[in-house]
Amino acid sequence: MAIFVDERTKVIVQGLTGGQGKYHGLRNRAYGTQVVGGVTPGKGGTDVEGIPVFDSVAEAVAATGATASFVAVPPKAAPAAILEAARAGIGFVVCITEGIPAQDEAKVFNTLVRDHPATRLLGPNCPGVISPGKCNIGITAGEIALPPVPGRPNVGIVSRSGTLTYQALYELKQRGIGVSTCVGIGGDPVPGTSFVDCLAEFQNDPETAAIIMIGEIGGSAEEEAAEFITAHVTKPMSAYIAGVTAPAGKKMGHAGAIISGGKGTAQGKMQALAAAGVEVGQNPTEAGDLMAGIVASLSS
Amino acid sequence: MDLFEYQGKQYFARFGIPVSPGGVADTVDQAVAVAQSAGYPVVVKAQVQVGGRGKAGGIKLASDADEVRLHAGNILGMDIKGHVVHRVWVEHASDIDEEYYASFTLDRAAKKHLLMLSAQGGVDIEEVAAKDPSALVKLHIDPVDGLSLETARQAAVTARIPERALAGTADILVTLYDCFTQGDCDLAEINPLILKPTGEVHALDAKVSLDANAAFRHPEWDEYRATEVLDDREQLARTHDLQYIGLEGSVGIIANGAGLAMSTLDVVNQVGGTAANFLDIGGGANADVMAAALEVINFDQNVRSIFINIFGGITRGEEVAKGIVEALSRVDLRAPIVIRLDGTNAEEGREILARAGIPESRLISKPTMLEAARAAVAIAKGSN
Repeated sequence: MAIFVDERTKVIVQGLTGGQGKYHGLRNRAYGTQVVGGVTPGKGGTDVEGIPVFDSVAEAVAATGATASFVAVPPKAAPAAILEAARAGIGFVVCITEGIPAQDEAKVFNTLVRDHPATRLLGPNCPGVISPGKCNIGITAGEIALPPVPGRPNVGIVSRSGTLTYQALYELKQRGIGVSTCVGIGGDPVPGTSFVDCLAEFQNDPETAAIIMIGEIGGSAEEEAAEFITAHVTKPMSAYIAGVTAPAGKKMGHAGAIISGGKGTAQGKMQALAAAGVEVGQNPTEAGDLMAGIVASLSS
Repeated sequence: MDLFEYQGKQYFARFGIPVSPGGVADTVDQAVAVAQSAGYPVVVKAQVQVGGRGKAGGIKLASDADEVRLHAGNILGMDIKGHVVHRVWVEHASDIDEEYYASFTLDRAAKKHLLMLSAQGGVDIEEVAAKDPSALVKLHIDPVDGLSLETARQAAVTARIPERALAGTADILVTLYDCFTQGDCDLAEINPLILKPTGEVHALDAKVSLDANAAFRHPEWDEYRATEVLDDREQLARTHDLQYIGLEGSVGIIANGAGLAMSTLDVVNQVGGTAANFLDIGGGANADVMAAALEVINFDQNVRSIFINIFGGITRGEEVAKGIVEALSRVDLRAPIVIRLDGTNAEEGREILARAGIPESRLISKPTMLEAARAAVAIAKGSN
């Protein structure tokens, strides 16, 4: 088991003929992901290293039975690409595109909620999702993730930051701890998939024994997660929140990482999570150490 | 990107939101000329992006050219909470019957647009809401539906805006919403929105923050970028297209990824140091980007040590290491570097750094983030 994606997931890449799409799409295939097709309007009938390219998502779905899409197109084209995937019946859309205007993002999110409730969007501006050993959609380096170890407690990861996600994968690998699924939800103001969505899935996933959550300043997603954890999550968790020393009013690299009006501070988020019973580390390594402790106690 | 009041008003005017006749001036003579065409009496307002301008003497009423001369002369060059006034906005002084508040933002928790409206404007709206929550109407708008005139009017009624100002307020709300959405604002706020004795409603102030991600469809924003308040370091970083934010500390920071960069600041702080900056060089770490980053850090006179924190994902450790070695040969650094290189092929990367023959006084390699932070802070404090 895993969440969102596994060895059966069939993926098409929207923008497979572009630089990012080709590079990461081929890497994903090399990892073992079933990359069954690509979509680039006007390039239908061609192929990228044996992967057939279609003019539209609908044609790609009809020909390949794809269930997931990897959107790797520029910010101007990404909103339309996401909605095209949803209209074609794709159930899981991963969008790595950075720099989509917030107005477009809000419109896409609310259109999906209203017209395509069966489609889940991950991102935009996210590293993607990896169920180690099974499926990797996005830009995560597969080799830093340890697949689930049978008979041992495995960990789920959910994070707003790309590099800190890799850091978490790496910390666990070095300690010999397997990962069920690692989800990067992205650092934008209106992410398609929230912490809460991922926590609910991990709670129900038999392969996931414990969860690491990595948040950052800005918005209230971590506080909402804390409320959800109190009410619904029984699996042990550790967490880390980046940006304790971030100055107010400055966007820290991510469009969504900003403390405004005194709200969205790291301290507030850490307190909320600690109150929900989550073991909160002061840095990523400490969160990894805390998780190692959790896994050890689950194993004994 | 935050706009100055005058830019906000000009932006409002593009969408048809009524503002007072006026103009911007960066000299006393210009201020007098603008006042002449706006019509006396006028208000001379300091253009700074900080609250409390009025109390600091940055907003003055003038009834003739001599008074404009006096006030503009005093205000131009004035320091308001560390912000030097380079420009004044001069506009025709409005007669005010009542003051309201209106704004649109994105409510990230609800993932919808949020209208906030109050019949009590001209003051800090947070205080109004704290004293009497019912005085501030909050209405969520689905971005797919947008805001209709009827809904805007209903919101104004709920906010207890008086009958004679209802139509004018509803009109402005709809145009302000257009400005917020089509104009790609993170925030579009009018405080105060005023009712004049003549019954007209109009914007007496403008607070606009633009979404930098939408710059590609707004060529008119170039002029706002040109006046953005940046320190010299941030200016230099911008010429190199780097994600840099200047801070006050002594440890220069370079990291790949926004989350890791924030985390690096935190760890430096945890071990008793202070960061000089936030700098995210993105996923790759090639020699060009690294050299540009080091140049910007080197420009900061407060920097005593440089902490490079790289996690190799797809970009492998040896490529990162080669980039750093090459960058070091191009930039003559004042401060020593402490590097933590981890992730894919980190071992090979560290070996390349070790073999490059860079003396320890210039480059130290540490295996973990925490150890590297401790070393960088020790150097910055001069206790190594």
